[in-house]
Amino acid sequence: MVDKAGTDRDRPWVFRTYSGHSSAEASNALYRTNLAKGQTGLSVAFDLPTQTGYDADHPLARGEVGKVGVPVAHLDDMEALFREIPLDRMNTSMTINATAAWLLALYVAAAERQGVAPEALRGTTQNDIVKEYLSRGTYVFPPEPSIRLISDMVAYTVHAIPSWNPINICSYHLQEAGATPVQEIAYAMANAIGVLDAVRDRGDVPDDVIPQVFARISFFLNAGIRFVEEICKARAMAELWDELGRDRYGVTDAKLRRFRYGVQVNSLGLTEAQPENNVIRIVLEALGVTFSKKARCRALQLPAWNEALGLPRPWDQQWSLRIQQILAYETDLLEYEDLFDGSHVVEARTEELRKEAKEELDRVLAMGGAVAAVENAYMKQRLVESHTRRVRAIESQEQTVVGVNAFTEAEPSPLVEGEQSILVVDDSAEREQVERLRAFRSRRNQADVDTALRGLRDALSNGDNVMPPSIRAAHAGVTTGEWSDTLRDLYGEYRAPTGVSAQGAAAGDDGMQDVRERVGALADRLGRPLKILVGKPGLDGHSNGAEQIAVRARDVGMEVVYEGIRLTPEEIARSARDEGVHVIGLSILSGSHGVLVLDVLEALRSDGTDVPVVVGGIIPDDDAERLLEAGVKRVYTPKDFDLGRIMDEVVDVVEETAGLG
Amino acid sequence: MAEAPTVEALLERLLERDRSAVAPALNLVDDRRTEPARAANELLDRLEAALYESDPGRRRVGLTGAPGAGKSTLLDALVRRLRSQGETVGVVAVDPSSRRTGGALLGDRVRVRSSARDDGVFFRSMAARDRLGGLAEGTRAAATVLEAVFDVVLVETVGVGQSEGDVQPLVDTLTYVAQPGAGDLLQFMKAGILELPDVFVVNKADQGAAAQRTLRELEAGLGLGASHEDGWRAPVVAVSARDGTGIDALLEALAAHHAHQAESGRRAERRRQGRDAFVRGALQHRYGSHGMAALGGEPALLARLEGDANATGFGLVQELGREIEEALAKPRPRRP
Repeated sequence: MVDKAGTDRDRPWVFRTYSGHSSAEASNALYRTNLAKGQTGLSVAFDLPTQTGYDADHPLARGEVGKVGVPVAHLDDMEALFREIPLDRMNTSMTINATAAWLLALYVAAAERQGVAPEALRGTTQNDIVKEYLSRGTYVFPPEPSIRLISDMVAYTVHAIPSWNPINICSYHLQEAGATPVQEIAYAMANAIGVLDAVRDRGDVPDDVIPQVFARISFFLNAGIRFVEEICKARAMAELWDELGRDRYGVTDAKLRRFRYGVQVNSLGLTEAQPENNVIRIVLEALGVTFSKKARCRALQLPAWNEALGLPRPWDQQWSLRIQQILAYETDLLEYEDLFDGSHVVEARTEELRKEAKEELDRVLAMGGAVAAVENAYMKQRLVESHTRRVRAIESQEQTVVGVNAFTEAEPSPLVEGEQSILVVDDSAEREQVERLRAFRSRRNQADVDTALRGLRDALSNGDNVMPPSIRAAHAGVTTGEWSDTLRDLYGEYRAPTGVSAQGAAAGDDGMQDVRERVGALADRLGRPLKILVGKPGLDGHSNGAEQIAVRARDVGMEVVYEGIRLTPEEIARSARDEGVHVIGLSILSGSHGVLVLDVLEALRSDGTDVPVVVGGIIPDDDAERLLEAGVKRVYTPKDFDLGRIMDEVVDVVEETAGLG
Repeated sequence: MAEAPTVEALLERLLERDRSAVAPALNLVDDRRTEPARAANELLDRLEAALYESDPGRRRVGLTGAPGAGKSTLLDALVRRLRSQGETVGVVAVDPSSRRTGGALLGDRVRVRSSARDDGVFFRSMAARDRLGGLAEGTRAAATVLEAVFDVVLVETVGVGQSEGDVQPLVDTLTYVAQPGAGDLLQFMKAGILELPDVFVVNKADQGAAAQRTLRELEAGLGLGASHEDGWRAPVVAVSARDGTGIDALLEALAAHHAHQAESGRRAERRRQGRDAFVRGALQHRYGSHGMAALGGEPALLARLEGDANATGFGLVQELGREIEEALAKPRPRRP
């Protein structure tokens, strides 16, 4: 590309912002504003009910509608989401997994309503179920049928929507779950192999199309603050991918073996303390994935500086978009060939990562591949271990986090003063979505819906491709909940291993001896060891925090009941009583703490269970205040990084409640 | 914390099969402090005595096997099927404790999804804590409380050889869950306890050839050993907890063992033996061989167990324990 000044420049990557909230209409307005500001692609965030296959009026959807993304229940919602956005000219990434086939069907149907043929569509469905089991938690179905759905989508899109990326293998969430660079590379590759092998072995596509299928697999990476290593990581992945294509899948055309990836830079490392520093972190992380031309991302989305505080406002997202634009248009980054070719430092580190990742990949393949290593909890346990090491390194100040465990002396930030420093989703969003849904259901033709759902069920039972009957169902007026229920009936629901049980406590002096002694002494006074229930109510599947709490509680001598994700408030209350726990720790990151925590308290009260509750999550100060008033004993937010101190306070809470304080 | 209910009130509610009494009773029997421990023992003694007379249809089933054998998934499938047949189920699941910290992670398992709204299922997880005697005592107490209220009590433990011996005395039917691949089976045979389980399960039958091979090996291994003393031959059932095949066959095998025991009068006898093993283990654990000697050694203990055929295990531990303590407190008579 030659710019206005006549300089030879590479074409920039696609600029995106992961966004969506409240309703299709509100999100549409946001998308159009963002595009007007120079964003070049869309990244749709769906709310948790949509991601896990529930309509807004389902009991499990309570408190979650429109919170972390946009609710899309039917074709009218999808149409409203892209109103006045011509889909033949848009590159749309959808963060959708268990229900990916359905959302793609709605997208295709919405395009058809716009008069756009499927062949003209460009974009990505995330559709990576393995990392959902490992980290993100919005899975629904067991591994086998889930892989079948993915394989169906690959087989369908390779012909019908040739520019679509049917699956975006995500190492992003693995890093959030604790993965080291080696683990991130190895598990992403194992995952991709699992999908490709399934497509090949199921015979869904003819053998001679496998190279095209290989070329449609894209990746979604995380970029952390160790940005030099991140450059090497991306380069190592490109090399490994090329090798796999050539050796395992016989892809002879080098172009088809190119490693294509998008990036969301690290949200986990963003701090609640001195949040303005996050802008600098984001810039450096963006550099890590754009610096090296050979391993430059195809699309980039940057988080907002204040994500650890709550939902970002449009201005916050704009600031992140400007980072991309300055990097691409102002700097001379895009004028050069690869800056690191010939750097023996980068090449050595790349080779080291590639080699170690290959070894770990071979271990996973030897135990039967990614799905087997999910079911036997191998990968999950490795991730929980790495994450535990990382948390401890920050606690012990071995790893510096500016403003958190070092240089904490600071002026008050003018950026977080005032009432509206984060976006608050209007509580009416849920009610309005339910109203729209009911109106939609009453005006559609029920006979068409019934026929379409029968057609879907029959097709799946016969082993036919899921896409054509799903697109017909979209046109007929089927809802997200109905489509998902049909599949739930056929396939059942899955719960993935939590990965927290097998590993032992770290040896040596871990600085927890004092808490451990307190826990031991309290056990004598309580008559039995302190028993804690760690629970995640609602649909939010980000279990990394809850897992770390569970592991630490065990390590200080508590008996920990941890039952994984997606529990209803009633299940938590019942479990607390039946298990005879002394305290409940709830973790909620989806912003639905207001409703869910109060529901847990209410369920406990109506059961007559007198057990204290502590809560952790992304919880703004005002909300924390409200929760404490409602009877919650302690509230923890991302700035409370010291798990040892949290454990100490949990002991306080139990002592106070038992009248032993 | 709410006022602890009295032994009298708890006993009455448990015998009325009142579910809401189960959790407080389990909390009480877990309490090591002197006064609650005394109350717990009284509760367990009276509860067990009442259960001797109770409906022989109630039963305790143990589920054991190496880690990774798929016990939790199997448990989940069993509970669902039992519930669909109208039977209520109480589950006690034992997980290991960390030797170093004393802490434990419990319930990292597939849970019965319907249980939150279903009063017919009760789930309690326990830490094994200090294993010697601890596992058997705590589990027996929990199983006794659950048996009062639920039709079927399932006891799940991680088996790595020894725990089968701990669990066997407190259940009517011991089920061993093996997974395809002979590794753990070999260990099991080496440990010489192939004769303990009443029913063998080869899980993950959906894995085809490997499962078939394990099935054959187990059947061959069992063919070499004698059948149980009461003429029961332990069947080997192939199941897939994942897709549900074989669950009915497993329930039939469990029912057949139950019927066999009822007919042969073996159930009562086995519970007696279980009681005796429990008493011996608990006294050993608390007072060691020195205490046993003070009681008069094994012959004296045997005589007492024979003589008190109708006493409960919990009652006997209490009574004999007191005697041992008295004997140990007395100055030794000097021989002339």
